[in-house]
Amino acid sequence: MSEAASIYSVDKVLLVAIRDNITDTDIINLQEDLSERIVDEAARGVVIDIAALEIVDTFVGRILAQLSSISRLLAAETYIVGMRPAVAMTLVELGMDLPGSRTALSLSHALRSLKAKGLA
Amino acid sequence: MSATPPEPAARVELRQERDVAAARIAVSRAMDAMGARALRKTRFVTAVSEIARNALDHGGGGVLEVYRLERPLRIMIRCRDEGPGIADLDQAMTDGFSTARSMGKGLGGARRLVEAFRIESRPGSGTTVEMEAKP
Repeated sequence: MSEAASIYSVDKVLLVAIRDNITDTDIINLQEDLSERIVDEAARGVVIDIAALEIVDTFVGRILAQLSSISRLLAAETYIVGMRPAVAMTLVELGMDLPGSRTALSLSHALRSLKAKGLA
Repeated sequence: MSATPPEPAARVELRQERDVAAARIAVSRAMDAMGARALRKTRFVTAVSEIARNALDHGGGGVLEVYRLERPLRIMIRCRDEGPGIADLDQAMTDGFSTARSMGKGLGGARRLVEAFRIESRPGSGTTVEMEAKP
């Protein structure tokens, strides 16, 4: 795993922090690593923190949407947290509103939702 | 393409993936130096990311130059590659058209995010994109 993202495991929830300098290859590797960790650790929830990302372009947006779909197929609910307001506005203009991805304002909001569903 | 100041404020060679991040950082810094607003910067840097990735993936690499234009103050980038060029520009600018791994929203999306967008391409002689925005 590269240094561009870290995966932490807390109570059956995988927390993923994406750093700003992530490259296309890094994020594809992250997709693979995360899928394996979900199965290995029987994770029920995944929280992806993108607060460090100054921008989300169409490539990164597509990978985030795919990460959510893969996690759902592996029975883990995924939240994308920490999106900056300017990033949200730009994604909408790009025509990418990340269908199928759940979002939460912060890590604690996402964890609260997962706990309420008995997934954390 | 348009006339520019003799010296760019920054110049980034696009040879590998990391250079796309370097291009984003160079443009982000240039806009910070102009006192750019957060949303304007995010929009422009996102457009730059799309264009720089295109130059790398389709153009086999290239060079991105960042210019500060005065009266009125604005940022401009010029991204050149010497790849195969784009045969049908109208088609390439359409959402949903993709020859590589994107969603096909890159080029058209970039155009929507900036105030001025110019593209010049001929099969066999590469592609040049210029984009401009207020800070």
